[in-house]
Amino acid sequence: MTLRRAAYRTFMFVMALALVAALWEGYKLVGPKDGGSLFGVSILPRSNDTAMPHVWDMLSRYARAERRGSDTQIWQVVLSGAWYSLRLSLVGFVLGGSIGVGLAILMARFKRAEQGLLPYLVISQTVPLIALAPLVVAWGGKLEIGAFVWPRWLSASVLGAFLAFFPISVGSLRGLTSAPGAAVELMSSYAATWRQTLWKLRFPAAVPFMVPAFKLGASGAVIGVVVAEISTGLKGGIGRLIIEYAREATADPAKVFTAVFGAAALGLTMAGLVALVDLVVMRNRPKEVAA
Amino acid sequence: MRKSRIKFAVAGLAALSLIAGACGGSDDTTDEAATEETTGEATTEECTELTPVKLQLQWFIQAQFAGYFAAQDQGFYEDMCLDVEIVEGGVDIVPQTQLANGDVDFAISWVSKALASREAGANIVNIAQIFQRSGTLQVSFKDAGISSVADFAGKKIGNWGFGNEFEIFAALTKAGLDPAKDVELVQQQFDMSGLLAGDIDAAEAMTYNEYAQVLEAKNPDTGELYKPEDLNVVSYEAEGVGMLQDAIWASGEKLASDEAYKATAVKFVAASLKGWAYCRDNAESCRDIVVAKGSKLGASHQLWQMNEVNKLIWPAAGGVGAIDSAAWDRTAALAQETKNLEGKTVLTAAPDAEAYTNDIVTEALALLEADGVDTKGEGFAPIEVTLNEGGN
Repeated sequence: MTLRRAAYRTFMFVMALALVAALWEGYKLVGPKDGGSLFGVSILPRSNDTAMPHVWDMLSRYARAERRGSDTQIWQVVLSGAWYSLRLSLVGFVLGGSIGVGLAILMARFKRAEQGLLPYLVISQTVPLIALAPLVVAWGGKLEIGAFVWPRWLSASVLGAFLAFFPISVGSLRGLTSAPGAAVELMSSYAATWRQTLWKLRFPAAVPFMVPAFKLGASGAVIGVVVAEISTGLKGGIGRLIIEYAREATADPAKVFTAVFGAAALGLTMAGLVALVDLVVMRNRPKEVAA
Repeated sequence: MRKSRIKFAVAGLAALSLIAGACGGSDDTTDEAATEETTGEATTEECTELTPVKLQLQWFIQAQFAGYFAAQDQGFYEDMCLDVEIVEGGVDIVPQTQLANGDVDFAISWVSKALASREAGANIVNIAQIFQRSGTLQVSFKDAGISSVADFAGKKIGNWGFGNEFEIFAALTKAGLDPAKDVELVQQQFDMSGLLAGDIDAAEAMTYNEYAQVLEAKNPDTGELYKPEDLNVVSYEAEGVGMLQDAIWASGEKLASDEAYKATAVKFVAASLKGWAYCRDNAESCRDIVVAKGSKLGASHQLWQMNEVNKLIWPAAGGVGAIDSAAWDRTAALAQETKNLEGKTVLTAAPDAEAYTNDIVTEALALLEADGVDTKGEGFAPIEVTLNEGGN
């Protein structure tokens, strides 16, 4: 059953990709080569090969050398860039996840904390990442805690954590407070401590809220890391590849898309990891029955 | 029960730090120690321990900074008892700020931008003017008929903004055009697709980068790469409104108070200039050094860039790196007089006399001359570079 479902979902995913590719090529076929504009405002995007390379050009670019005379093909470069960014994103995600859940527990425990903290959490997300990035990156190599010297890459992870913690804390808070009143009262009638209630009731009840929140947080971590890489020129990751390849868009427009797809795949991988953990953690839980 | 939970936490932390540890290691650029043995060095004192020096670039590794990478690769820095780490720039990294904050010891920056930072309070000093000429162009297709600044009238003129537009405004003003009325100014991306797509009639371009990008693109009409004959080029240097660009900046505070820093600056400038002299005579070797350092740009593009950058540096009549007071004054004057669309100028007042010093570079040039390095490059002749599609 589950195998069939998995096969079906994979099939649908591939179909969705094929649909997007078909739409892309379809627009290239009928769309105006130099774009369309109405009253001087451009409305329709250009469909020429510089603005919208053919799908097969973008895909075949992966198999060609990154530069003439270099032995590495572009898929290897993109893959190693994605791997580097994935590790940074994981660090950021774990960091952001711990902070997010920690804050959610605090806010679920003390109403005062929720009233006091929540507005600041919202405000924190209005700070543009690119304004924050140079500041955080300046910690690199300067901050020393004992024998620990702050490495430059950790700044990128921190920015990933900055984007990841918000949906996680808000989602977890919603989840932790979602246990039905009767269940909470039952726990108190057993004289359960707050911690016991947290472990035995609130966390299990929160899972359906926390999983989507963690998925959001996971892709947030990726975005944070990629933007930080672009903004600060951190070398080795997919963000840096995007900006380096974008500079060559004049003559080799397919190249930048290879890196952009890499970043998208990275986000999907992170969200997929969360789904996988969800599957493992929830394997013994009775399936919800539709009411 | 409780204990095992703690164990889990510890294991988790350990795993995290493993991931973290695996991420490090690849972000420093100085690991390749120069192995080449060079003889006849001018350093007088015995070198027991290399002095660590950090240099902030304006952008990623490319031939625009080849001299520093060559000095590192060829061991010129080491000969001067320096251990130089070259820090790449990024979209939001401002070299002047990094320098003023003390994150780095020296920084590369354009004169007009650095002077604006200085006016805003950053105590930074120009100690060597690497690029003696401006490399900014306005590039258009032949059929647009733009062969001089006067032809800009009524055309869509691309510019990058962010302080890169002042040469355009100065040229327009000089040609008697009003930037606000007589031309249509278009914000330009950092590539040349706007020109190719026809959004822009004349696009801003650096000789060593964007101009080459056009020549690396295929002309859909002929199926071949664009040729210089297809293009009209207006050079701001030739128009007499060139502003000084890449220069080495140092901390004014440390220059005044720290003798050791000043001595380091002399050595650093000397070794860097030697690197640039090396690149003048070995453009292809410098191209290889830059490509080996991990530049993502193609090899023919890098060689083109190397060659064009050499043209901006050599010949250097007053010695490479020397700050020509006439060019300096012209840059400062343009920075004060040229208004952009918002009516703002780069500088509100003339820069103070301490904004640049020739002391460091004079000492450095003396070191190099004792070493037999040609610091003027009077016999310099650019090479011919053939660009391939995509700069590969």
